[in-house]
Amino acid sequence: MSAAPSIAIASGKGGTGKTTVAIHLAATLLFHRRSVQYLDCDVEEPNGHLFLKPKIDAVESVGIPVPVVDAARCIACGKCAGVCEFNAIAMLKKPLVFPELCHGCGACALVCPVGAIRETPRAVGVAETGRAGCIAFAQGRLNVGEPMAPPLIRAVKARRDPEAVALYDSPPGTSCSVVATVRGADFVVLVTEPTPFGLHDLDLAVATLRPMGRPLGVVVNRADEDRRVQDYCQAENLPVLAELPDDRRVAETYARGELLFDRLPDWRGRFEDLWARIEERL
Amino acid sequence: MKVVLTSSGQTLADPIDMHFGRAKVFILADTETGRAVAHDNAQNLHAAQGAGIQSAETVARLGAEAVVTGSVGPKAYKALQAAGIKIALVEAVCPGTEALRRFKDNELPVLDQPNGESHWV
Repeated sequence: MSAAPSIAIASGKGGTGKTTVAIHLAATLLFHRRSVQYLDCDVEEPNGHLFLKPKIDAVESVGIPVPVVDAARCIACGKCAGVCEFNAIAMLKKPLVFPELCHGCGACALVCPVGAIRETPRAVGVAETGRAGCIAFAQGRLNVGEPMAPPLIRAVKARRDPEAVALYDSPPGTSCSVVATVRGADFVVLVTEPTPFGLHDLDLAVATLRPMGRPLGVVVNRADEDRRVQDYCQAENLPVLAELPDDRRVAETYARGELLFDRLPDWRGRFEDLWARIEERL
Repeated sequence: MKVVLTSSGQTLADPIDMHFGRAKVFILADTETGRAVAHDNAQNLHAAQGAGIQSAETVARLGAEAVVTGSVGPKAYKALQAAGIKIALVEAVCPGTEALRRFKDNELPVLDQPNGESHWV
């Protein structure tokens, strides 16, 4: 049997409901007795744990390899600084390394003609795994002030259980972090809201993700009489997987860090329908 | 002595650019001969990251011993220090000619720590 599917939950605009959709999809899959894993790839501000309240079993440091120059061997040729795409090495009297700008690609060590560069790990954050009841859980926590999120996101995804349906909770926007999260996913759910910002940023997200060739679908959260998102989806030939109505009780439940299904059983059917729409596209 | 002034234009008559890393133009001036040559900094001006570091590298390559500017961020400061380049500060925008005269008369304070904000990272 091939690996269970992976589904990325992304958005353009932040605060549209990615985590709400991801954790309730996880709960819905449990009702179907499916093995499920929730992976919080929003490593700058992971929040799924607030709702799932997992027990963390393992915490591992994640680093990227950064160059250290052996001054005794260095001949100050400047090739390392020249090859760096990220301006992380300045060639002054000798090479000066700025580790916080380094993406860990290793090009500097490859081009050094005298082997003066060795790479040492620089910690960017931690990857944590555990369980929230029957839901397998993984998340990354990026160090405060640290800009290099994609290596940590890849480390979180490397902790995926291939037997379980994977739900990747993505950061918002259209950055490298989003691309790192969505890459390799079997399906991408884009959560948006019926506002000009929601539509504008959805359009950006679609433009970013379409070239990646993953099938896309849209969830309109806090849906109201404004139909511009739905009109856009029709024009762009994007399936609208669900329209979740604007409901103050949902916000109240979310604010308490609780799952909707416990207090609002009528919401269970909406996520059943959403999962059915996703599953038929896998 | 060779000194680089960060400038918003091509000549010493133009106002000083107060930013070091993303300065529009570097004017390399010789304090003895008065000769001044403009060097475009467009490449670093539009760099995604590390503009200050690259600008420091450019200044070092031009052979300057000092730089006259308005503000220098932490990484550019570190790079300029490593290259042994002195940083002299103007507190407000003025023409390059005036900044150069004040530099020659030792009227400009020398920076001994970064005074600019780090951008992005």
